[in-house]
Amino acid sequence: MAAEPVIIVGAGPAGTRAAQRLVSAGLHPVVVDENDRQGGQIYRRQPPGFHRSHKKLYGTEAGRARSLHDDFDALLPSIGYIPGTTVWGVSDEGLLTMRGSEVTILPFSAIIIASGATDRIMPLPGWTTPGVYSLGASQIALKAQACTIGRRPVFMGTGPLLYLVAWQYLQAGVKPAAVLDTSSLATRLRGLRGMAVRPRAVTNGLRYMAALARAGVPLRSGITPCRIEGQEAGVTAVIWQDAKGTLHRTACDSAGMGYGLRSETQLADLLKCEFIYDTRFSQWRPKTDPDGRSSRADVYLAGDGVILRGADAAEAAGKLAACALLQDRKIPVPGEEILGLRETLNTMTSFADGLAKAFPWPARLAAALPDDTVVCRCENVTAGDIRHAATAYDSPEINRAKALARPGMGRCQGRMCGLAATEILAAARGEPVASAGRIRTAAPLKPLPLDCKVTS
Amino acid sequence: MKTYLREPARADVIVVGGGLMGAATAFFLRTHGLSVILLERDLVGQAASGTNFGNVRRQGRYLPQLPLSNRSRDIWGRLPELIGEDAEFLPNGHIRVTTRPEDGERLEQYARDCKPYGLDLTIMTGDQARKMFPMVGPDITTVSYSPHDGHANPRLAAPAFGRAARRAGALVVERCEVTAISKDASDFVVEAANGGRYIAPMLQISGGAWGRWMAKSFGEDVPMAPQAPQMGVTEPLPYRIAPVIGSASGVTEEVVYLRQVKRGNIIFGGGRRGTADLVTKRARLDPMNTLRQMPCLARLVPAVSQLRVIRTWSGVEGYVEDSLPVMGASPTVSGLFYAFGFCGHGFQLGPAVGATMAELIATGSTDIPLDPFRMSRFTQDAATGPAATATRQT
Amino acid sequence: MPALFCRVDETDRQPIRLFVDGKEIEALEGDTLLVAVLSNADRLRKNEFDNKPRAGFCLMGACQDCWIWTEDGRELRACSTQAEDGMRIMTGEVPWLLNR
Ligand SMILES: Cc1cc2nc3c(=O)[nH]c(=O)nc-3n(C[C@H](O)[C@H](O)[C@H](O)COP(=O)(O)OP(=O)(O)OC[C@H]3O[C@@H](n4cnc5c(N)ncnc54)[C@H](O)[C@@H]3O)c2cc1C
Ligand SMILES: Cc1cc2nc3c(=O)[nH]c(=O)nc-3n(C[C@H](O)[C@H](O)[C@H](O)COP(=O)(O)OP(=O)(O)OC[C@H]3O[C@@H](n4cnc5c(N)ncnc54)[C@H](O)[C@@H]3O)c2cc1C
Ligand code: FES
Repeated sequence: MAAEPVIIVGAGPAGTRAAQRLVSAGLHPVVVDENDRQGGQIYRRQPPGFHRSHKKLYGTEAGRARSLHDDFDALLPSIGYIPGTTVWGVSDEGLLTMRGSEVTILPFSAIIIASGATDRIMPLPGWTTPGVYSLGASQIALKAQACTIGRRPVFMGTGPLLYLVAWQYLQAGVKPAAVLDTSSLATRLRGLRGMAVRPRAVTNGLRYMAALARAGVPLRSGITPCRIEGQEAGVTAVIWQDAKGTLHRTACDSAGMGYGLRSETQLADLLKCEFIYDTRFSQWRPKTDPDGRSSRADVYLAGDGVILRGADAAEAAGKLAACALLQDRKIPVPGEEILGLRETLNTMTSFADGLAKAFPWPARLAAALPDDTVVCRCENVTAGDIRHAATAYDSPEINRAKALARPGMGRCQGRMCGLAATEILAAARGEPVASAGRIRTAAPLKPLPLDCKVTS
Repeated sequence: MKTYLREPARADVIVVGGGLMGAATAFFLRTHGLSVILLERDLVGQAASGTNFGNVRRQGRYLPQLPLSNRSRDIWGRLPELIGEDAEFLPNGHIRVTTRPEDGERLEQYARDCKPYGLDLTIMTGDQARKMFPMVGPDITTVSYSPHDGHANPRLAAPAFGRAARRAGALVVERCEVTAISKDASDFVVEAANGGRYIAPMLQISGGAWGRWMAKSFGEDVPMAPQAPQMGVTEPLPYRIAPVIGSASGVTEEVVYLRQVKRGNIIFGGGRRGTADLVTKRARLDPMNTLRQMPCLARLVPAVSQLRVIRTWSGVEGYVEDSLPVMGASPTVSGLFYAFGFCGHGFQLGPAVGATMAELIATGSTDIPLDPFRMSRFTQDAATGPAATATRQT
Repeated sequence: MPALFCRVDETDRQPIRLFVDGKEIEALEGDTLLVAVLSNADRLRKNEFDNKPRAGFCLMGACQDCWIWTEDGRELRACSTQAEDGMRIMTGEVPWLLNR
C-alpha cells in the first residue's frame, strides 16, 4: 500500500464525506482547508464566541449542517486535519501549502479535490464601489459574522442563492430594497421540469419568494442591470431596465450580486488534469468519470469544485470519489453502495440541469457592457481593453488577451473576471465562447509571501 | 500524389517561426522591399519571446556579441518611430551586483574589456551604489552600472513587430505549424499542418528552441536542448526601482534578477532552470525554484521580502552547447539563413537580429560580425580550420 | 466616516480596539479584520491603479481585493484574518520600505 497519505483538499460537504468514507475503510487521509473551521461554504461555522443556533444559521438545512459538523468532529482522531492552510502549488515532492508565511510540503499518494465554488460574476459599471459584494459575500457576512453588507441592499443577478440570501437578510431584520433577477419567468418555467425531481428544494425557493413578496420587497425578473451609482465610497442606487426596456432607479446603500457559481478548478489545472467545456454551465471543468476520477490516476474530484450540483450532491459525490479511490486500490466497496450514490447524483444532476435552465448565465450582458466598465478588478482592465485585444490585436483566445491587455493577471488570477472576460472576448470576435479558451492557472493559487519559510 | 488544399503562396523570403527573431526579420525585410511570408505555429511571440524576463541588457554579454547588442539597444530606443509602439521599453539602467570579492573582480575586468566595444560601465562599491540605488541590500559589495540598458515588456514586443510587419505588407500566418521544409532546384518548399504550402527562393529558420529539427532537414545539426528559466511577479507597489538589478554571482542558485514595471509589479527570475518539452511545448515551473529564489532576491533588495508573489511562469528556450546562438547563412544550402537558439539572452538582441538578418538576406552582407554564431562551428570547422580558432570568452 | 456594515446579532462579544489610519476604532472579538474595519469605516484599501477605494468583494479569500497593510509593514487579507486587539492598519498608504 502507498506510504503517503491521501490528501483531501476542502472540508466542505464533499471533502468531509470523502474523508469519512476513507476512514471507514481504514485509511488515514489528511484534510486541508483554507478556512479556520470545517464546513465549507454552505455549512460554514461561525467563530468561537458566537452562539446563534444551527436552526438560525442554516434554516431548513440545520439537520444536515449538524450532522456534517458532528461527523467531521468524530473523524478527528482518525484523520490529519490542517485548517487555516491554503494549497497553492504542486511540486514533485507534493502539494505546497501555506499558512501565513509558513510553507509546508505535503507528499501524497492520491488527492481528492473538493474545492467548492465561488460566485459567478458579471461585471457592471460601478461594481468596484465599496458596498458592492458578491451574493456569497453577503451571506458570509451574515452567517459567519452576524453583519449585513448594508441597511438597504439590492440583490441582483440570478439563481436560487439570490432569493435565499434576500430572505436571510429579511429574517435578520434588513429588508432588501429589491431583488432583481436577469432570468425571466418564462425561462424559470422551462427549468422547472428538471427541478421537479427535488420538490422540497423547489418549495423552499418558492417559500422565500413568497415571504419576500409579502414583506413588500419588489421582486423583478427578466431585468437588465445597467449600473451601480455611488460616490467614492458608498452605493446610492442601482439602475436597471425592465423587460420592456423602461429604466428604473432603485435607491439603496449596498448591493449583492451573483449569477450562479463557478467551480474552483485552479488546483486541478495546476495538477494538469484534462479539462472539458461543460455546455450546461457554460464553463470549463476538469474531465471526470461519473465517480469522480480525473484524467490523472492519482487525482479525484468531488462536489461543486467539479460539477455545480449543490451541497447534497457534494456529500454524495465526496463519498463516491472516495469509493472510486478505494476500488482503484483494490479495497472492496459494496456494489450497491456505488450504484446508490450514482443514482442520487443522477437525480441531483437533473435538478442542477433544471436550475441552469431556469437561471441561465446571461452571456448577452457581457457583450453589452460599456467599454469603460472595469472587468478585472485586480488590474483595472476594462471591457474596452479586452475588446481592443480581441479585435485590433487579434487575440483569438483569452490567454492571448491576458498577455496583451492583462485581464486575469492580478492577485486573483482571473478567478473573479475570467468567465466574463472570456465572454466579452468571444462576443467581440463573434465566435463561440468555448473557442475562446480559459485562463491558464499558475502557482501560487493565492498570493505567496516572499519571506516564507519552508518547514517539513 | 499528395493533394493540397490551396495554391501555394509565394514570396521572396519565407520566415519560419514568429518569435521576436522571426517577426523582427519579417518587418525589416519589408523595409528592404522584399516580399515576406512569416509562418507561426501558434501566435506571434507566444513562446520564449513572450514569456521571458524582459531584460534589455548589454553588460555581461559575450564581448563579440556587443556590436549586435549595441545595434539592438539603438533600435529599442527607436521602436515608436519604427513600429508605432514602445513595448514599454524603459532605459533606466541595469546594475549587476555581487557579494563576493572574486565576482567583483570579474565585474571590473568586464568593465575594462567592454569599453573598446563602446559600452561604458561604472564600477561602484556597495556604499557608493546604495547612495544612488537605496534599494540595494547591505551585503552587496561591488556594483557594475550600465546606465543605458533597461527592460521592456516581452508580451508586447514580438506581437508589435508582427503587426508592424503585417502593416508593411508581410503575409503573417498564425496557427500554421510547419511540418516539412525542403529545397528543390531553386526554391524552398514549406508544408504546414493545415495543408498550406509556401514557396520562396530564400528562407530563414527562426524556430527558437524548435530550430534544431528544421536545420537538420538540411543536414545541419546543432547540439542544443530546451530548458525553462523560472519567472515570477509580485503584487503592484509604488514605482521605486528604476534599474534592472541582477546578481553576478558565480553560483547558479544565486543568479537571480528583478525589475519593477511602471505599473508597480516586480518581475523576477533566475536560479536553477526547469525542464522543457518540445512536443508538449510545456516549460515547467517548479515552485520549489520559486522558493529558492526568494532569499536570493531579498539579498539583492531586502524590501522585496515584505511582498507577495502573485504568479509564476516559464517559457521554452533553446540552449546551445556553447551558449551562443546560431545566426547567419547556411554554409551548405544557398538561400538558407538561420537565427535561432538564443540561449536565454535573445530578447535584447531581437530587434537587431531582425535588422541584421534582413540586411544579410536582402544585400548579401552585413557589417555586424556574425562569425562567432555561424552554423559551421558545429558542422564544418574540423575541415576548414582557421574559423575554428575563434574562442569564446565570457 | 460612515460604516458600510451593519451588525444584526452577536453583539455581546468582548470589545477590542484597533487603529485605522491612526484613528482608534472599536470592534468585537471574533470579527474578521474586514468586518472590524467596515463596521466603522467605508473602505479598506485603495486600488493600485486608479487609487479609488475598495472594500473587499467575496469575503471568502477568493477575490484578493481586501489585502491591507499594518503600520509595521505586514500585509493581511482582511476577510480571512482575525482582528486582534491593538492592530494598527493603514487603508491609504503602503508602508513598503522603499516607499518611505
Ligand atoms: C459563498 C457561497 C454561498 C453558498 N451558500 C449556499 C446556500 O446557502 N445554500 C446552498 O444550498 N448552497 C450554497 N452554496 C453552494 C454550496 O456551497 C455548495 O453546493 C456546497 O457547499 C458544495 O460543497 P463542496 O464540498 O463541494 O464545497 P465547499 O463547501 O465550497 O467547500 C470547499 C472547501 O474547499 C476549501 N478550499 C478550496 N480551495 C482550497 C485550497 N486551494 N486550499 C485549501 N482549501 C481550499 C474551501 O476553503 C472550502 O472550505 C453557496 C456557495 C457559495 C460559494
Ligand atoms: C523564461 C525566459 C526568460 C528569458 N529572459 C530573457 C531576458 O531577460 N533577456 C533576454 O535577452 N532574453 C531572455 N530570454 C531569452 C529570449 O526570450 C529568447 O532568446 C528569444 O525570445 C528567442 O526568440 P526566438 O524568436 O528565437 O524564439 P521564440 O520566441 O521561441 O520563437 C520561436 C517561434 O517559432 C515557432 N515555431 C516552432 N516550431 C514551429 C513550426 N513547426 N512551425 C511554425 N512555427 C514554429 C514557435 O511557435 C515560436 O513562436 C528568456 C527566455 C525565457 C524562456
Ligand atoms: S474579500 Fe475577497 S479575498 Fe477578501
